Amino acid sequence: MNENYIVNIVLPVLLTLGAPVVGGLLMGVDRKITARMQSRVGPPLIQPFYDAIKLWNKRPVIASRLQPVLAFSYLGFSLLAFGLLMFRQDLLVIVFTTALADTCLITASLNSKSPYSYLGGRRELLSVLAYEPVLIMAFLSIYMVTGSFLVDEVLAYRMPLLIQLPAVLIALVLVLIVEMKKSPFDVSASGHAHQELVRGVYTEFSGYTMAMLELGHWVKVTLVLSIVTLFWAPNLLIGAALSLAAFFIVLVVDNSYPRLTWRSMIKTTWGVGFILILANIVGLNLMGVI
Amino acid sequence: MKTKTKARLKSPWVLHYDCGSCNGCDIEILAALTPKFDAERFGIVNIGDPKQADLLVVTGPANRRNHRVLKRLYDQMPDPKVVMAVGTCASTGGIFHNCPNTLGGIDKVIPVDVYVPGCAARPEQIIDGVVLALQKLSEMSEKEDD
Repeated sequence: MNENYIVNIVLPVLLTLGAPVVGGLLMGVDRKITARMQSRVGPPLIQPFYDAIKLWNKRPVIASRLQPVLAFSYLGFSLLAFGLLMFRQDLLVIVFTTALADTCLITASLNSKSPYSYLGGRRELLSVLAYEPVLIMAFLSIYMVTGSFLVDEVLAYRMPLLIQLPAVLIALVLVLIVEMKKSPFDVSASGHAHQELVRGVYTEFSGYTMAMLELGHWVKVTLVLSIVTLFWAPNLLIGAALSLAAFFIVLVVDNSYPRLTWRSMIKTTWGVGFILILANIVGLNLMGVI
Repeated sequence: MKTKTKARLKSPWVLHYDCGSCNGCDIEILAALTPKFDAERFGIVNIGDPKQADLLVVTGPANRRNHRVLKRLYDQMPDPKVVMAVGTCASTGGIFHNCPNTLGGIDKVIPVDVYVPGCAARPEQIIDGVVLALQKLSEMSEKEDD
């Protein structure tokens, strides 16, 4: 009884609160590995936390009074989506909650007169359009194999999902690239030293609103990586290794490809993503598994 | 030192504005960001957005055309902020000092904290200037708490 209480409530809450910390460290690892790939030394591992604390303490310049509310909602809904995953709830509800978080970000960026922010917001909308159908299709294929959208039952499935759904995992890596705003799909916001559309969707944010958006972004990246972890559910340590491998592949792709236009982004994610997932499902059907 | 000050010193985001310089200093600033000098190891990122920048790096002399833009960029940056004039032109007007269209150094338009002389300023000098600018930022940050 007592142990159930810890596993079902205390652990998920702790993991959810730890998500920004894990996400921040992952971003630090990202910057370090990217630097090494460009034969640089790179910033310290906790650099993202320095950035976030600095932004939090900077005097804010607020473009509209709605923006802080929406930035806070973005962080809130991202945390809620991560919490739903940790409480082993429905995968579809998790997708819709992240969509709500994205809606907050897009509305906030459109809520200013800056043309850069406006274009960035529209491109963010297009990136949501690019990855969300692929993510839903991936969850659909998980449903077809395990017979449930509930994370609880996916975790209890008798064999690792990767054995039956290898192509779906590759499609999820595409989703991860868009979600992390990495080349070749970083159309909505330019990170680090690239400057297209100033900072795209983030242009009009400063001070603590920007810090909240950063935190929300870390949580969302951690969320997609956790979903990759589900692909080796019987042993979550192997699952975590799998998600770190996916993370590394994203960094390699980021450092070896130039950015594409939004048209190519949608063509690639939908084309490659859908074909991979459909081929996987049809293949399983032909083998008589489902 | 407080966490706030430490975080500020560890992540100075740069906004680089070219006031009509000959591009000599701009190339040297970009050289400071390349793998050879790798400014990102100190958390320095060329961010390009005045609303998120901490350090305004200006090259070239202020002239009658661009001084409004320069003032506006400065005003858009939230406090605490530091301004660095890179190169002789930005510091004093340099070889353009008596041209009819220039006002002189950028300190005629906005307050400057650090002057980096040189035509063109070398990357080592620019990084040295950033270190001085960070000392100034640290003083500002400590003073803010009082």
